[in-house]
Amino acid sequence: MSQTADRGNLWQRIKQARILGRLSDMLPFLIALLLALLVASTFIIALDADPLLAFGAMAQGAFGTENATAETFVKAIPILFVAIGICIAFRGGIINIGGEGQMIAGALAGVSAALMFGDTSPALVIPLSILAGFVAGGLYGAIAGVLKAYFQVNEILSTIMLNQIAVQFMNFLLNGPLLDPAVAGVNNIPKTARIAEAAQLPRLSIGLPEFFVQPLGLLTDPVLFDRTRLHYGLIIAVVLAVLTYIFLWRTTLGYRIRAVGYNERAARYAGISVRRQTVLAMFLAGGFAGLAGVVQVLGLQYRLQTDGSPAGFTASAGFNGIVAALFGGLNPLGAIPASAFFGGLLVGAQKMQRELGVPAALITAVNGLIVVFVVSSQLFIRRRAQRRAQERYAAETAATPIVRTATSQET
Amino acid sequence: MLEEIFTASVFASAIRLATPYIFAAIGETFAQRSGVLNLGVDGIMLLGAFFGFYAVFMTESLLLGVLAAILIGATMGLAMAFISVTLQAEQGISGIGVFLFGLGMSELLFHELIGTPQSVAGFPRIKIPVLSDIPFIGEVFFNHNLLVYVAFALVPIAAFVLNRTTFGLMIRAVGQNPEAADAMGVSVARVRYMTVTLGGALAGLAGASLSIALLNVFQQNLTAGQGFIAVALVYFGGWRPYGVLIGAMIFSFVNALQLRINVIGVDIPAEFAVMAPYVITIIALVFASKRTEKPTALTVPFQRGE
Repeated sequence: MSQTADRGNLWQRIKQARILGRLSDMLPFLIALLLALLVASTFIIALDADPLLAFGAMAQGAFGTENATAETFVKAIPILFVAIGICIAFRGGIINIGGEGQMIAGALAGVSAALMFGDTSPALVIPLSILAGFVAGGLYGAIAGVLKAYFQVNEILSTIMLNQIAVQFMNFLLNGPLLDPAVAGVNNIPKTARIAEAAQLPRLSIGLPEFFVQPLGLLTDPVLFDRTRLHYGLIIAVVLAVLTYIFLWRTTLGYRIRAVGYNERAARYAGISVRRQTVLAMFLAGGFAGLAGVVQVLGLQYRLQTDGSPAGFTASAGFNGIVAALFGGLNPLGAIPASAFFGGLLVGAQKMQRELGVPAALITAVNGLIVVFVVSSQLFIRRRAQRRAQERYAAETAATPIVRTATSQET
Repeated sequence: MLEEIFTASVFASAIRLATPYIFAAIGETFAQRSGVLNLGVDGIMLLGAFFGFYAVFMTESLLLGVLAAILIGATMGLAMAFISVTLQAEQGISGIGVFLFGLGMSELLFHELIGTPQSVAGFPRIKIPVLSDIPFIGEVFFNHNLLVYVAFALVPIAAFVLNRTTFGLMIRAVGQNPEAADAMGVSVARVRYMTVTLGGALAGLAGASLSIALLNVFQQNLTAGQGFIAVALVYFGGWRPYGVLIGAMIFSFVNALQLRINVIGVDIPAEFAVMAPYVITIIALVFASKRTEKPTALTVPFQRGE
């Protein structure tokens, strides 16, 4: 009986240690966030505003009302799609900065499919457009993968160039072949025609059961997110985040991609084709960014339009996705809350700018700081892992002294 | 037709447009030769462009403008050195962080301190006596603002420093074989701090060459990715100042041609003309990758006793 009590005790201790371990794994991210907030506060004070009021306005603007929350999720959707792809690429050891261009490639292919097959049924045109977006984004990403794998071209540089090329190509198409016939010659806003209703992703609203609404008295409307711009892209993104997590950590293919990213030479010795994994990882990363683009068209804008500037269509989701992926620990599941957080930052910043006059550009700068802080904190994570490994090694060698001496005598 | 395109003014504008690329890419060459990839160049350029512009806007002193740009650039370089050398952070990703910081910060400051797009009196053109009177050549080479001359003078100086001085030898040693350099008593960290800070200062100057010499305005995202091109030019140029110069010239010449083609209305969609330099850069990178000059320790943090 005392033995079972002991075992229970031990089990609890293990569980505790695990939770503590998880918490301490989170620590660098929390510290990074805290530091970024601290620096942001300094800037806000320098701009003659009260940081607490500013953060309050941001929180209010991001989650204060049902509509604000919906807008936050709307902003988070493309960020999450890109972030999922970034998780795959970065885990595969590829620094994909090409989210912007891949989004555009996906959106162009998706909107073309949606315009072409708009008079068919939603069951056909929506999946077809989404698939077109995924494949186009994937192929565009794969260009950088092939360039890296077979021509040793640095993927950071090639993806940055490909971003610019995609923007120009989109501007060309939207000013010419894909230009909305209705506005041709009327105004200079580069945009396509509106896609048919059959091709539009439905709006997402969540019906709450009666008993849940009344006692709380908080929600007067039993349907959550009714009459907001929130769309089914959110569900698609979250489901794919979960599937990608399973793919990366529970399948052979995912394991191979991670192996290449973890130690390319070891992966090669293990018989993994590094080149193939590189191209595959970039195809998938590009594909997810492509989804970000096509879902933005099908779910939100119902057409592809830009103002001609590099971020005119993407709203920098291709970059923010990188930030969210890093902040989510390069784990697609972590990317879900991280994307919601950054979506909230973007939406909340608008309110902050309106109410306190603090420019929303502050968020871009803070995003940069978060990237720097998160990446820099890796040193401390690495050091701790090293220390743990050394301790384990020391413990093992201490436990088997005889074998050690025997082998050392042999040599 | 061809005479209409390849005019002296196109060549002259190619030389002017090369200025920011040369400053930024030469600075980046120093950083990369010592083993640090600073991908934040574009963000540093933006901050340099803003601070240079703001100083001139407030004081009308071009000297102060240049100093402000160099100072903020060096500060950002120092920060990047701290991140990549001391904290040993992944250089590609942290560079993107620095870029985003510069992008957001310069926009925020512009919004707060200036607000509406305005122009300043930037560096005037200096006609070099006698030489500028030579037909064609005079217009192409000897009728530019001061920073253009400085940029072109910087190339041989950089080549000399890298190849013929002890400091240059230390930079190359640290980038090629940091362990050996360390064993010889060279402080890897100190050399890298110096090169990355220098690179930052030159990136700041590159930004100023846009905002107070070439365009004389500041606006949100003024550089439009030129800093990233500068990083690519370092690869293209095989990590050598003269190679970088050739790359910058090709790139800016295509740029100038594209502007010219737009002006005289050749029937090529403008978007494809704008796209061309980027396509060329990718092709150039394919060929550049065959080169062997790449510093072995590029992007690899140095840690003693490993």
